[in-house]
Amino acid sequence: MNEHVIQQTDNIEKHTLSNKLLANISKFRELGLIVFIVILCAFIQWRNSSFLTIENINDMITNAAILSILAVGMMLVLVTRGIDLSIGAIIALSGMICAQLVSQFSLNPLLIILIGIVIGIVCGVLNGVLIAKIGILPIIATLALMNVFRGLTYRISNGEWVSSYQMTDSFLSIATGKVFGINNLIVIAIVIYIIFYYVINHTVIGRQIYAVGSNPESAKVSGINENKILILVYSTLGGLSGLAGVLWVSKFASAQGDTATGYELTVIAVCILGGVSIAGGAGKVSGVLLGALLLGILQNALPLLNVSPFWQTGIQGAIILIAVILNTLVKRSVDRNNLVRRKI
Amino acid sequence: MNNKSLAEENYLPNNLANKKEFSLKSFFLQWEWLLILILFLVFIINSILSPYFLDANSLLGATSTFLDKAFIVFPMALIMIMRDIDISVGSTVALSGVVMATVYNSFGFPMEIAILVCLAVGALCGLINGLLIVKFKELSAVIVTLGTMILFRGIAYIILEDQASGNFPDWFNYFGWGTAGNIPFILIAFIIVAIVFTLLLHKTTFGRNVYAIGSNPTASRFSGVSVDKIRVIVFVLAGVMAAVTAIFLASRMGSTRPNVASGYELEVITMAALGGISTVGGKGRMLGTILAVFIIGFLQYGLGLINIPSQTLLIIIGALLILAVATPKLKLPKFLLRK
Amino acid sequence: MSEYVLELKGITKEFPGVKALDNVHFKLKKGEIHALMGENGAGKSTFIKIITGVHSPNKGEMYLYGEKVEFNNPKDAQVKGIAAIYQHVTNFPDLTVTENIFMGHEKVSPITRRLLWKEMHYEARSLLRQLGSTIDPKVEMGSLSVAQQQIVEIAKAISTKAKIIIMDEPTAALTARESEELYKIAEKLRDDGVSIIFISHRFEDMYRLATQVTVLRDAKYMGSWGVDEISNEQLIVQMVGREISQVFPNKHNEIKESILEIKNLGKIGYFADISFNVRKGEIVGLTGLVGAGRTEVCQAICGIAPADKGEIFIKGKKVKIKKPKDAMNFGIGYLPEDRQLQGLILSWDIGRNITLPSMKKYSQKGWLNPKREATVAKELAEKVSVKANSIFDLVSSLSGGNQQKVSVAKLLTADVEVIILDEPTKGVDVGAKSAIYEIINDLAAQGYGVLLVSSEMPEILGLSDRIIVMKEGRIATTLSKEEATQERILEAAMGSEPTNNREVVVEV
Repeated sequence: MNEHVIQQTDNIEKHTLSNKLLANISKFRELGLIVFIVILCAFIQWRNSSFLTIENINDMITNAAILSILAVGMMLVLVTRGIDLSIGAIIALSGMICAQLVSQFSLNPLLIILIGIVIGIVCGVLNGVLIAKIGILPIIATLALMNVFRGLTYRISNGEWVSSYQMTDSFLSIATGKVFGINNLIVIAIVIYIIFYYVINHTVIGRQIYAVGSNPESAKVSGINENKILILVYSTLGGLSGLAGVLWVSKFASAQGDTATGYELTVIAVCILGGVSIAGGAGKVSGVLLGALLLGILQNALPLLNVSPFWQTGIQGAIILIAVILNTLVKRSVDRNNLVRRKI
Repeated sequence: MNNKSLAEENYLPNNLANKKEFSLKSFFLQWEWLLILILFLVFIINSILSPYFLDANSLLGATSTFLDKAFIVFPMALIMIMRDIDISVGSTVALSGVVMATVYNSFGFPMEIAILVCLAVGALCGLINGLLIVKFKELSAVIVTLGTMILFRGIAYIILEDQASGNFPDWFNYFGWGTAGNIPFILIAFIIVAIVFTLLLHKTTFGRNVYAIGSNPTASRFSGVSVDKIRVIVFVLAGVMAAVTAIFLASRMGSTRPNVASGYELEVITMAALGGISTVGGKGRMLGTILAVFIIGFLQYGLGLINIPSQTLLIIIGALLILAVATPKLKLPKFLLRK
Repeated sequence: MSEYVLELKGITKEFPGVKALDNVHFKLKKGEIHALMGENGAGKSTFIKIITGVHSPNKGEMYLYGEKVEFNNPKDAQVKGIAAIYQHVTNFPDLTVTENIFMGHEKVSPITRRLLWKEMHYEARSLLRQLGSTIDPKVEMGSLSVAQQQIVEIAKAISTKAKIIIMDEPTAALTARESEELYKIAEKLRDDGVSIIFISHRFEDMYRLATQVTVLRDAKYMGSWGVDEISNEQLIVQMVGREISQVFPNKHNEIKESILEIKNLGKIGYFADISFNVRKGEIVGLTGLVGAGRTEVCQAICGIAPADKGEIFIKGKKVKIKKPKDAMNFGIGYLPEDRQLQGLILSWDIGRNITLPSMKKYSQKGWLNPKREATVAKELAEKVSVKANSIFDLVSSLSGGNQQKVSVAKLLTADVEVIILDEPTKGVDVGAKSAIYEIINDLAAQGYGVLLVSSEMPEILGLSDRIIVMKEGRIATTLSKEEATQERILEAAMGSEPTNNREVVVEV
């Protein structure tokens, strides 16, 4: 009898030990990303010593800022088992409207940012309503609205560009200005990341987003309003895209009909690299941040390594596929280990 | 209750009808009638707005401006009936076209060989999609084809950078514009492909299996349907049809570039959805899809005639897709519902 | 205050076309473990859903501590201190144990609305410790075993300060040892004054834990007894409603040579060392607790989830089965456990469902032949006496029993010689059950070899010529028709001694 008890506690301990190991896999994953980034940086630095200079690093992070802002919003959408292909078009639409407002009325930059965000939220709510209320598949709904938004952008612009000379200095300074010596874009990204980290990890609503993605049925039984959560995540991503639109136009000093075409794919790539599960329920702010950093470094480094810019799209596609396949293989081996441990 | 009565009561032979009753109501309650109505509307509005619209010759000629992407709509319908989706078709068009042009211009092979290579590249792209989807079932078709969409387009850019490649032989260029009598070659090709796919979906065991997979993939597999094989074949078909599109596109434009056909996936999915193909699988017919091709095509053509910019079409297509998908989800009035 | 914490009077619940509960009564005392028993489809699940507020009854009243209550949604029941732990764990696999425990009633700071993680982790840990478990509350739920997840669910119930906890077949997926852990927890809760409604198929569970038992049969209330007032036999009569012999038709099969032989089949994590054979005209019963690996063995034979080890012989010839189609080509037909998810295409008509597995046979070079299909479908549907107007009726419009008959008809289209039936009477009413038994016997009489998987003891005893009992992924024993009794089967299926790493055959 005694032996039996000992064996049992032994078993429990073994269980918890291996569980800890499993739980740590997500941490390993981020560690792995960091290690990979370090190795990559070392390699690039070895090939081109202008890589790790303060200016280049500053440049690189500034470039990655917009991407990282969008990625954290996309993460929430992916966590709820959704996808949003319309954000490139939202960026263009909000950027175009804001640029035209600036060129005509020279509005205050803060007001412009606010207008951009509102435009984005309106677009996002539209996505959310189609998906949550009418029940259209996320990919279909956002694909359709992507075209509506893109078409609207062309209509509003009449096919013409808004160029830097039409923009006010104060507007252009949104992306070039600095706070305490740090570029505004980086500051904005940091603020957004702090807010999102807090909301996602330390508020009920944040956890409800994950609950809906992890098991929609149980979420309903637990009294979570799924529709509300879905509309919330799509409008949040919409708002971030609207903000990104303003930042984009200010940074590149031009607004065009085809601004940010296909950018949604880059953003999704960042999320996948950062370990966000497309099946929903899992994804971390820190992972997404690392993913954005990694892609930012790659984009910055390819020209430094004399790789033709035409290789970029292909490399990005390959990275996405490799990342999702690796994820799957890791998950499979974990599941298999679980089975082997089961005693028959 | 003794055993005999209990068993007999539930195990009596009874007669089942095996001839289908014809119901007038359900005959007219088909999505296709609505599409025919819309097609008529498009014709009427167009002919009011533009006197040139209803000229039979130009109408036939007009088909060659929009039919190139319509080849993909057939395999896309099969894919959607199977509950999958393929958003890499536009990139497959670009890649297979670019490879064809390169094989002809840079490697100096004859055009006939280049065309075969083009079809082979399309098939290979489809095969990659299909194999990834069946080997990694944890991934959805959305994410796999999203990845290959970027990858295929990226390879096209690597091959041609931002150059155009053309200088095809005359006969090849004639192919996209030429007519037999008044009928454009492309329309003839489209009709042949349409017939083949309609028969494939509705009259063969393959088509029945496609419906089975879309309606209940698990039950299909348990019933001995070769689910994986069929999924791969359908994705390969999509790749091949994308290559056919690439051929007609290159022929009509006289050249090809890595950025052609972007956004085709959306137009094709819209055509299929408008045609009544369910986005959640198991439902839809080829006739509706064919009607939808002409609705969108003539809408596009008519808008062009009255000088409405092509970008407006984006908005219309997006709106149409939402309408097509949302309408069946809205509640029909009671008297229209079959019991 | 009333003597009873929970009392239900005259509860009736109708769904379109079915009476799921008909005038059911129930009384639960404080600190009592009350077993709710009945066959599949007797109405137990609906009954729980009434108590937990998922469904509201058409008729009848519910009293909580003597006070009349009405629940409109699950939240209402939760607030009143009722918690349920379901057979299929319904949790959030990607979230931590702590989050699962506190989902819906998180601890937040009153001012900032910030989640109080530290407090929640601490309380989660102490709740789990109370239950004698050392699960780390910070790990993801999905990484725990089913038994551990069940403990977390119980912790969740306690954390909501539930006074009434409903356990719906909690031991179904557990091993004997894990079940014992669960029993101890249930007893501890009882001693703390919590009332427990325990639903189980296993008599063992009932005798071990409950003091009171209430029986439902065909949606009706059969009565409530103290556990020591009612004998096993009486209980079975109450549950089944007739002597077993009445439900089962007379057998008239003739057993011939062996057609299917399994040798040392094994699959990592599911089953090991499975060897048996099925002969022509024979019905072999395969039983054991849920989770003993029966379905997995069947699915391995049928190529749905092929085995890692072992050999399969058909008529003495070794065969390789990698996918369901292979199995069908070798003459093995499989009737899956879940006919709605795995067996039928509900949105299709009867005819198309029947011909799906053997379309090739009724077509010419890939071209469909609808006339021939319709003829075959009609013939087969009539053979198993599906009750419908025409073969174009949608399968979704049929009752459970008739759906199951369509599934059986599907099997008969292919040239099969061995038929594997996985829980063929799950969720069908007694009448349809009897018809399905008749069909099974007919099949055996016609010379098919039948492997019948079932958790229902009467079914196994009433139909089988030979009974194989599985336990924790291994064959525990094989009994002939003459030796088999309910007690012997249960003993083998649950035997307190863990099976050693070899096949154990109990000699008589």
